[in-house]
Amino acid sequence: MIAHAIFFYTFSIIAVVSAIMVTASKNTVHSVFFLILDFISISCLFIMIGAEFLGMIMLIVYVGAVAVLFLFVVMMLNVAQQKNQWFAAKDSSKHIPVGLLISTLIFVEIIIVIGGWKYKPEIFDINNSITQTSISNTHSLGRILYTDYIHIFQISGMILLVAMIGAIVLTFRQRSGVKRQSYIKQISRERAEGVEVIEVGTNKGVRIDD
Amino acid sequence: MEYISIVFEEVYKILFLLVPVLVSVAMIVWLDRRIWAFVQKRQGPNVVGPFGLLQSLADALKYIFKEMIIPSSSNKLIFILAPIVTMTLALIAWAVIPFGATQVLADINVGILYLFAVSSLGVYGIIMGGWASNSKYPFLGAIRSAAQMVSYEVSIGVIIINVLLCVGSLNLNDIVTAQQSMWFVIPLFPMFVIFFISALAETNRPPFDLPEAEAELVAGYQTEYSGMMYAMFWLGEYANILLMCAMGAILFLGGWLSPLEVFPFTLIPGAIWLILKILLLFFLFALVKAIVPRYRYDQLMRLGWKVFLPFSLIWVVLTASYLFYFNLLPVN
Repeated sequence: MIAHAIFFYTFSIIAVVSAIMVTASKNTVHSVFFLILDFISISCLFIMIGAEFLGMIMLIVYVGAVAVLFLFVVMMLNVAQQKNQWFAAKDSSKHIPVGLLISTLIFVEIIIVIGGWKYKPEIFDINNSITQTSISNTHSLGRILYTDYIHIFQISGMILLVAMIGAIVLTFRQRSGVKRQSYIKQISRERAEGVEVIEVGTNKGVRIDD
Repeated sequence: MEYISIVFEEVYKILFLLVPVLVSVAMIVWLDRRIWAFVQKRQGPNVVGPFGLLQSLADALKYIFKEMIIPSSSNKLIFILAPIVTMTLALIAWAVIPFGATQVLADINVGILYLFAVSSLGVYGIIMGGWASNSKYPFLGAIRSAAQMVSYEVSIGVIIINVLLCVGSLNLNDIVTAQQSMWFVIPLFPMFVIFFISALAETNRPPFDLPEAEAELVAGYQTEYSGMMYAMFWLGEYANILLMCAMGAILFLGGWLSPLEVFPFTLIPGAIWLILKILLLFFLFALVKAIVPRYRYDQLMRLGWKVFLPFSLIWVVLTASYLFYFNLLPVN
């Protein structure tokens, strides 16, 4: 049990400190790296409570894909400078009330959920099959996700798909005047189309049109 | 007292795994260069030691004694962290590789997901190195490499789903034992080919070595690195290649199973069979490096997203419906 407690407190302290550092560090790229550290320690916590599948999926999806895209955007747009300016500027105090309001709301929500779960556990339907220890965590997740909650699962998948298509439609634009490369054309080019043998007359030269 | 003995036992096991891995990484570099040379009718490294076997050792010594140069405008902490991250991630993944029914360091339930997660984290070493160098070529190389690795991860994930459909478990030992009657390379041969090509792209090997395309980007994300830090990138890269070969061997070639369950084959321990399979896949990796020209970047992206992803998704549907129709789905 001591080892368990040591591991738990190590991971949770790292998670909390890095979450604070995400907002506190001045360099945006450092913020993203702290966010990644946060994700990793959270997934370690998931593994510690026995939700190994969730922990690994957290690593694959958030750290392996989402955070890479964050890093991309931050590095490409040079947001680092903007954040510094924002910190230095006077008008940053205008955003503080909004931020406070949102964080208070999130805090109250968490209190309600955790309080309800602690004092009225029968309201929450989490104790049915996940906690069976005879089968592995992945199996039990699959069992309830694809039976009891199949509709919710499918609908969330559809929402993600629609969001993805929407993002593509919003950002896709057909620019004119761009030379596109067509693979079929490039591969199926024959010698006859590419090379031409011309009899060049003296003092005439060759006229090349493209 | 009990904890201390557990720790000692585990450290002993880890050393017993990691030292051979590191030595074989050095050997595999030599093998790579030799195969590459033989395809081109050259000799390759053949001077240091018998057949040039000690060439990598000599190279490593040279790297150790060279000066590590840290560019003054770089972000020093991340610059130093990048090769460490690459190397560490390449080595921790070996924890779950089964060399036999019981010879595995960590026999975890979600072994294949762990492998996949660690290989998808590998991109961070490259991005960190490229960004922290604060220079144009490394940055371009890092961006190319990140986009490439994220794209090919998607198709590798779908291919893994194909195999998992036939196994019904995420445990690597279960995946190996499910191939007792037939290796998955036979029913899932197209997936094996796609896995092999995606593994080439995932480890930045030729013909997909665009992140370090020397004609355009000098050396890509490694441009500013020197001495031991460069050597660590290089070791991590080859450890990753070996890991991908091991993953291919486990998913498709039956891992530590012997090809035929008859007398002379069963005498050889499973670890030897796994190593032979890894070497076979690595031989293919080296051959591809020698005979295929480099892809153009847009062709690479098209191959990943427009060819491999739809094809492997369709194959998932086919595999699932075949298993469902013939009632072969593994249920436990």
